[in-house]
Amino acid sequence: MKLALVGNQNCGKTTLFNQLTGSNQHVGNFPGVTVDSKSGEVRGKKDCVVVDTPGIYSLRPYTEEEIVTRNFILHDHPDGIINIVDATTIERNLYLTTQLMSLDVPMVIALNMMDEVRNNGGTIDIQKMSEMLGCPVVPISASKNEGVEELIETVVNTASKKIKPTVTDICEQDSPVHRCIHSAIHLISDHSEKLGISGRFCAMNLIISGTDFADKLGLDKNEKELLEHSIVEMEHDTKLDRDAAVASMTYDFIEKVSAACVVKPKESKEHKRSEQIDKVLTNKWGALPLFMLIMVAIYILTFEVFGKVLGDLITLGLDSLGAVIVKGLTNFGTNAAVVDLIEKGLVGGLGAVVSLLPYIVIMFLFLSLLEDSGYMARVAFLMDKPLRKIGLSGRSFVPIIVGFGCSVPAIMSTRTLASEKDRKITIALIPFISCSAKAVVYSTIVTCGAFNWWQQALIIICLYLGGVLLGIVTAVILGKVFIKGNPVPFVMELPNYRMPSLKSVGLLMWEKAKDFLTRAFTVIFLATLIVWFLQAYNNRLIFITAGVENNVSILEHIGNLIAPLFKPIGLGDGRIVSALIAGFTAKEAVVSTIGMLSGGQGFLVLFKTIPAILSFLTFVLLYTPCVATISTMKKELGLGKTLLIVLYQCVVAWLMACVVFNIARLF
Amino acid sequence: MTLADAKVASDVVIKKVGGKGILRCRLLDMGLIPNTKVHVVKFAAMGDPIEIRLRGYELTIRKDEAKNIEVESV
Repeated sequence: MKLALVGNQNCGKTTLFNQLTGSNQHVGNFPGVTVDSKSGEVRGKKDCVVVDTPGIYSLRPYTEEEIVTRNFILHDHPDGIINIVDATTIERNLYLTTQLMSLDVPMVIALNMMDEVRNNGGTIDIQKMSEMLGCPVVPISASKNEGVEELIETVVNTASKKIKPTVTDICEQDSPVHRCIHSAIHLISDHSEKLGISGRFCAMNLIISGTDFADKLGLDKNEKELLEHSIVEMEHDTKLDRDAAVASMTYDFIEKVSAACVVKPKESKEHKRSEQIDKVLTNKWGALPLFMLIMVAIYILTFEVFGKVLGDLITLGLDSLGAVIVKGLTNFGTNAAVVDLIEKGLVGGLGAVVSLLPYIVIMFLFLSLLEDSGYMARVAFLMDKPLRKIGLSGRSFVPIIVGFGCSVPAIMSTRTLASEKDRKITIALIPFISCSAKAVVYSTIVTCGAFNWWQQALIIICLYLGGVLLGIVTAVILGKVFIKGNPVPFVMELPNYRMPSLKSVGLLMWEKAKDFLTRAFTVIFLATLIVWFLQAYNNRLIFITAGVENNVSILEHIGNLIAPLFKPIGLGDGRIVSALIAGFTAKEAVVSTIGMLSGGQGFLVLFKTIPAILSFLTFVLLYTPCVATISTMKKELGLGKTLLIVLYQCVVAWLMACVVFNIARLF
Repeated sequence: MTLADAKVASDVVIKKVGGKGILRCRLLDMGLIPNTKVHVVKFAAMGDPIEIRLRGYELTIRKDEAKNIEVESV
């Protein structure tokens, strides 16, 4: 048995899904789109799978989330729908419910947050509501796990007996909208039966604007004219256009249900509390400084405290483990190449990537706390105006900020963006931000002895700002010229602040960790191995040891080969180029490779001139993202677009480095 | 008067929802339909978007969209 969990955003859907399935979840994508699809077996019910659909407000086929949910219900034919409804904002939630009712699929309404309604002195007549909506209504509190057992029993019963909603006709008898819908249903009944979609759902979609149902149903010219005629009549009688007429008919019905079944509390404690918090957090003067403070605190806690400690622990653990193994193998007389592979390739290379894991997990801990508490929506509200200037919306701000720590969680967190276009642009912008690994390169290079303290500070500030600036330019160009897409309205709910559910937060962290580790041990592993091989062998494929005559690695050969390309930007030394190639696995590797290849003479000797150092720093800031970032990007954008971005960045890096090099030479 | 001109902390009633396409439909879906009572909560720190309260929940919309919504003060 397959069930679909459908509901608005912020109604506790994820919490309910976690209660229904426990940790027994499978995370994937809906076919063809990057919208998370989660499914899991309902606990205690064998062969009963529930699929979590994205949070939506309507079944109109506009946003990707709506289309995905619609297609899932229409084409995957779930045996039943669990429609989760937030009892505290019942009117808006029931709007989607009425659309679902017309689908003619067995459905149960899970009336969530009933504890909140009751605690504030409100009541809802469940019996009456169930009668008026024509399907079972089960009061639950997903966060407290109340009523979930009963919900499961009711859903399984309803779906297995195929009990469909008994109320589908929600309009006032003999109203203009009623007449129009009925004539439409009558007109198309043959077609809709052939299509296997309920006549009422088809009719509603024919009446509202912007759907392709007329073609889908294969209506002929005559039928289309008849239909248009009755719609125009409805518009004339209601004095509203078709969309407004249908929406207002729906809300009339909802208001009727609400008046008959719901006794609303005056003002809930939760809302009062929310208002109090908002007075501080979205205060006209305090909002931005407070937000900056929160982000800085999160940044420090993630990248300087918890993540750093854990990351260092992993590195330390792997290094000592590696040392023990290397010692053991060397004593045993194992082939030096194998020992080197373990030491530099596995422990060094892959270890550097795996030590990113704590940063990612902890970043997501904070991000999901911000998201689930309701603060993220406020951030989007605050930051919308400036971000709109560069063609994005307020929602993009947090991923960009996260990018200052690490591009990987930043790109992963773009999943929360409502529009596909915003998502693509934000992902393309993120690699221009200086992440913490690039910061390591900057600080090592500027402290090489060529600059005094204020020059060092100035260079680093310029690098950070330059990256942001180029990111913004990229975003504007992409938005204006290349990435087309429907503008998604910034019509966003500001939910009440709530305590995040620890279970949901924990599950999200686990999911992200699993995702990253899977890639770390596949794509990233492969790339690391290749770079190790290029560094460890010479061009006769002989492993480089002290005794080998030809001790120039393949990597250095490649470096020498393409060095002329880097001559115009002052980096014509093959050793520098090979360090840049090594930086592909992780940016920190740039520093260690340069150190190794310069034979301990220091960076200054290698670079020779100050313009070359500045050019190098510019190039490191802008050139290809590391392999972990690329693989994350590929998951979100696909291979083609990812390669385009990488190429674009390399070109921009070269051009900017060229500009910096030539300007610096003037002084 | 449009919703974009409404005073902070005032109550208004929607008269007409203008605009077109997806933006307009989204407003209708969210319950912004003629004769709905709306409370204007505040403007964001930089003056846009607007936070409003209707049907028991808070919603933010941009001024550009709010300009298409005709309202009357109560």
